[in-house]
Amino acid sequence: MTEPTSSLRLCVRRIRVPNPGGATVEVSLRVPSDVSCVEEVVDLVVRHCCSGAWCSGRFRFNLRVAIAEALANAIVAGNGEDRSKCVLIRAELLEEAIRVHVTDEGIGFDPETIGEPSLPDDLERTSGRGLFLIRRLVDDVRFNPQGNSICMTLRRQ
Amino acid sequence: MGFTATKASGDVYLVRVEGQLIVGNRQELKSAVQEALDNGERKFLIDFTRTGYIDSSGLGALVSISKKVREQGGELRLCGLNEDLRSLFELTKLDTLFTITDSAEQALAGF
Repeated sequence: MTEPTSSLRLCVRRIRVPNPGGATVEVSLRVPSDVSCVEEVVDLVVRHCCSGAWCSGRFRFNLRVAIAEALANAIVAGNGEDRSKCVLIRAELLEEAIRVHVTDEGIGFDPETIGEPSLPDDLERTSGRGLFLIRRLVDDVRFNPQGNSICMTLRRQ
Repeated sequence: MGFTATKASGDVYLVRVEGQLIVGNRQELKSAVQEALDNGERKFLIDFTRTGYIDSSGLGALVSISKKVREQGGELRLCGLNEDLRSLFELTKLDTLFTITDSAEQALAGF
């Protein structure tokens, strides 16, 4: 991957004094609305989230799935792959958990309208499994009122 | 990241997925299988032994490929899924839609 890489901007912020219940390290990344960026962005964020902290193989996999699905949804469904719009990823590395916010510049959606793709009649759907996977693999999922920002919490086991 | 396609034993069209099957490259796999279908291939095996990750778009692409192969009277099998990848198929119940074997040899033996 060559062209999209040049437009990635990574900002890692480290808070010196541990704040009980708050973030000790924050990783943020502004991503262009280009699906060819997804693989590299996910690698980058997961590497930063798991560096210097204990992360099991399964934890790392679930984190990877959650970020990849949320980012792809934000780029494709949220921003409509409009290259003039960006997706902001912000990860808070807490003592007991990692909390990841993914925010697009779209109008938002109602997450309650997303159906259950694992029902027998819906098995042959070719889309609509991203949010379902996120909900199955992370410990807590929340949206902002507008529906253009998802917050996913994964507890360290 | 990419795909390699070869003719395996018998008349099975074998596609190996190297790296990832995700939103950024799923169309490439769909096109490769469609081209093979157009050329008369009917038995397909997709090998994920060297695959690190499949996202929901990749899963959707496999569902789409499966439909197209069946419509042409063909058959699609999957093999080589590691524990993490297999869990994605189980969570989405797609393990009930596909014939999945541990190895390419097992899949080829039963075709």
